[in-house]
Amino acid sequence: MMRHELLLTAIALIVLMVDLGLKPGKKKSIIPVTIVLFALHTIAGFLPAEAGELFGGMYRTGSLQIMMKNVLNIGVLIILLQSASWLKKPENLEKISEYFILMFSTLIGMNFMISSGDFLMFYLGLELATIPMAALSAFVHHQTKSAEAGIKLLLSSALSSGILLFGLSLIYGSVGSVYFSDVAASYSHAPMQILAFIFFFAGMAFKISLVPFHLWTADVYEGSPVNVTSYFSVISKGAASFIFITILYVVFNSIAFIWKDLIYVIAILTMTIGNLFALRQKNMKRFLAFSSIAQAGFILLGIIAGNKTGMTSVIYFVLIYIFSNLGAFGVVSAIFNATGKENMDDYDGLYHTNPKLSLLMMLSVFSLAGIPPVAGFFGKFFLFTSAASAGYYWLVFIAVLNATISLYYYLLVVKAMFINKNEQPIAYFKSDLTTRVALMICTLGIFFIGFWGQLYEIINNISIGILN
Amino acid sequence: MTEGIPLYYFLVVSTLMFFIGIFGFLTRKNLITMLMSIELILNSVNINFVVFNKYLYPQNLQGHFFSLIVIAVAAAEAAVGIAIIINIYRNFRSIEVDRVDQMKN
Repeated sequence: MMRHELLLTAIALIVLMVDLGLKPGKKKSIIPVTIVLFALHTIAGFLPAEAGELFGGMYRTGSLQIMMKNVLNIGVLIILLQSASWLKKPENLEKISEYFILMFSTLIGMNFMISSGDFLMFYLGLELATIPMAALSAFVHHQTKSAEAGIKLLLSSALSSGILLFGLSLIYGSVGSVYFSDVAASYSHAPMQILAFIFFFAGMAFKISLVPFHLWTADVYEGSPVNVTSYFSVISKGAASFIFITILYVVFNSIAFIWKDLIYVIAILTMTIGNLFALRQKNMKRFLAFSSIAQAGFILLGIIAGNKTGMTSVIYFVLIYIFSNLGAFGVVSAIFNATGKENMDDYDGLYHTNPKLSLLMMLSVFSLAGIPPVAGFFGKFFLFTSAASAGYYWLVFIAVLNATISLYYYLLVVKAMFINKNEQPIAYFKSDLTTRVALMICTLGIFFIGFWGQLYEIINNISIGILN
Repeated sequence: MTEGIPLYYFLVVSTLMFFIGIFGFLTRKNLITMLMSIELILNSVNINFVVFNKYLYPQNLQGHFFSLIVIAVAAAEAAVGIAIIINIYRNFRSIEVDRVDQMKN
């Protein structure tokens, strides 16, 4: 029943053992072993599994949870493929296994978080997903920026989990149980319970980097290594959105009228401020950081709907977002590994020297902006549909306006690559096999996920809405 | 022993601790002190859990277990935090927040 978690733990231990058995000069061979093992794990995740509960209801699994975990696994597989060439650099050779083990620990944490049936398991999963992440972002320990990103992430996430925990303690005080089912059964809108919910909401908003709590995002994204940044912006954000929507729908459904108002305001703020700050960024990682804040605002549109369509569109959007954002980050990481450049000016004239990379970058930003016929359009379309079906027409209108603003800055990247003149563009380079495979998967995903209509049906069949 | 002390005395203490922690986190400039403020916040949560368990729901032990696990997690958090702070000191030769500001928009 716990196949995902057990397999991942086993893989992490195998990586550790293999690392111990290798001579110092031969550590490179861990990379293919890990990637093959994780690919097998990803495939094994799709095999049919039984639903049920463990540990007296603390851990529950079902087709919805398994679908969420599989979506995350696909993203992690692409990131592992992308990070291979970075790990092979001489300064990282001794730390390859650390990278994998830290990354798998955070993934195990996210899996437990998704499967949690009470707040204790949820909190443990959250911390297991956060603490190794700080170590990951401080991975390049001789670089000041990386260390700074690590401490900023650790302090802000520790503060946010402290706030979240205070909320949980008040929830326990008012209900007398930390099980989701018990809390859901007796939660009402007493002042203390609303206060507790606000604390909980603030803590979660930190993790998804919604707007009043987004200030750590840009610095941490810029300072961390590129592949870790893509992990933050896709996997960790996706997992947090999954658990956020599940808890809002399952536990706090009796005060939906309160969190819907909250999310309404925060969605508008998040989309607008994320977009406005993205306009003025020159560093590609910072740029993608703010664009991912804006994307989180769009995800809120699916959450606010509160029905089955809402949850379906969120999962569907995150799946598409994985491919399009990892496509963009894949190009940034390939260029960074080859040349060490990561500013938007450096991309001027890229099309003339590296046409394939530029085309993929163009596809990815089109998908992030939501231009048909690439997949991102369908993702946004379903999010907007679900919010409109719940009657939030003004919110959808503002979201459409924001999508238009975002088109402007996404096109700035395209303009830099295709139109801007540059005396010395980045010279032609050939990435290694793993990077090319990863970029190929992203391209296929961006092109075809949108046209695979059955997928939406499959997700829709297992999603849940608020029971009225 | 706690017979004569009403529940809300404890809650006042824990709430005060929580906000002192938040205040310290926001105003202190030293990274170690900021970690200490976070410990204050987590300890206020522990008091809350134990007190609610003892006074309101003595029939089960969920609150006690929760606070035990919070203590364990806080230790892990502090360990990683101090490791990163040592790394910061090696890179910046200082652990003042004002000095650790290479990245600004």
